[in-house]
Amino acid sequence: MKDWKQGMKDGLPIMSGYFAVSFTFGIFAKQWGFNPFEAVFMSGTNLTSAGQFAGVTLIAASAAVIELIIAQIVINSRYLLMSFALSQRIDPDTPMLHRLLMAYGVTDEIFGAAVLQKRLTPAYIYGLMTVAVPGWVFGTLLGIVSGNILPDRAVSALSIALYAMLTAVIIPPAKGNSVLMPVIIISMFTSFMISHFFTFVTPGIKIILLSLVISALAAYFFPVKEGEAEQGGS
Amino acid sequence: MDLEVIFYILVMAVVTYIIRVLPLTIFRKEIKNPFIRSFLFYVPFVTLSVMIFPAVLDATASVWSALAGFVTAILLAYAGGSLVTVSMTACLAVFIVEMFL
Repeated sequence: MKDWKQGMKDGLPIMSGYFAVSFTFGIFAKQWGFNPFEAVFMSGTNLTSAGQFAGVTLIAASAAVIELIIAQIVINSRYLLMSFALSQRIDPDTPMLHRLLMAYGVTDEIFGAAVLQKRLTPAYIYGLMTVAVPGWVFGTLLGIVSGNILPDRAVSALSIALYAMLTAVIIPPAKGNSVLMPVIIISMFTSFMISHFFTFVTPGIKIILLSLVISALAAYFFPVKEGEAEQGGS
Repeated sequence: MDLEVIFYILVMAVVTYIIRVLPLTIFRKEIKNPFIRSFLFYVPFVTLSVMIFPAVLDATASVWSALAGFVTAILLAYAGGSLVTVSMTACLAVFIVEMFL
């Protein structure tokens, strides 16, 4: 009970951050033709920013199911590391039910708060989830609904918001980092070249291919130091 | 409501959940391989970069307003602005540019 309350308290900043990002996600989903139920349903079941961002784009482009599955595996693969790390920190005798429930809440931000705990319990993670998940879901709802109400001019301006947020996610860790900054620039450049000159490549294949190739090359030539790998992007 | 969309969303949810749940339940041995750890570290940066650009240019009513918003976002993010500050200022930049278009 104490851990749960502490989790809720520590989760408040995550809730407000989630609210802001998912609000812009709601606007984004609206632009791609999603209705409020679909957008909220996606946020409630997926709880992942980059994965949902790609999901909306791929579904709108009528991508094949297999393309969607592979894209999600690639984009969300970093959760593997986070779940491994959390797995080491909880009591080895933690019951299976708790493990199954905790897994739903593994996001970059919840992971970030959870690893700071000396003695991590499932209750603490539930506390974080209790405030963070509603922030994500209600933000999405409010975003897509206001996308329907606001005048076109305002919606056009707000449509840049999700892109701006995600830019603000990747730029700060890359600042002064001699590998990450070039990785970001090369990724954007090759993405642009493919969209421009190889128009037959679907958005899903582009995301999958570039993510695999560029990340593998970066990992091969510039392996990350121990302990640094969990601090991911979004 | 389009049932096919709901099905796609459920597929995404299941795939994402499997990734999260496996290391907590079945495979609990930590990944030590530096290549795989580094690869997983780089993936979100590459994926987000690829999804942001050039798609951001089509996000708003005009390429020019989108470009103004995107450049604003990069500069402010670089200067250390918070997510909300960066985002709201980028929206404002788009709004202002579109007043003149």
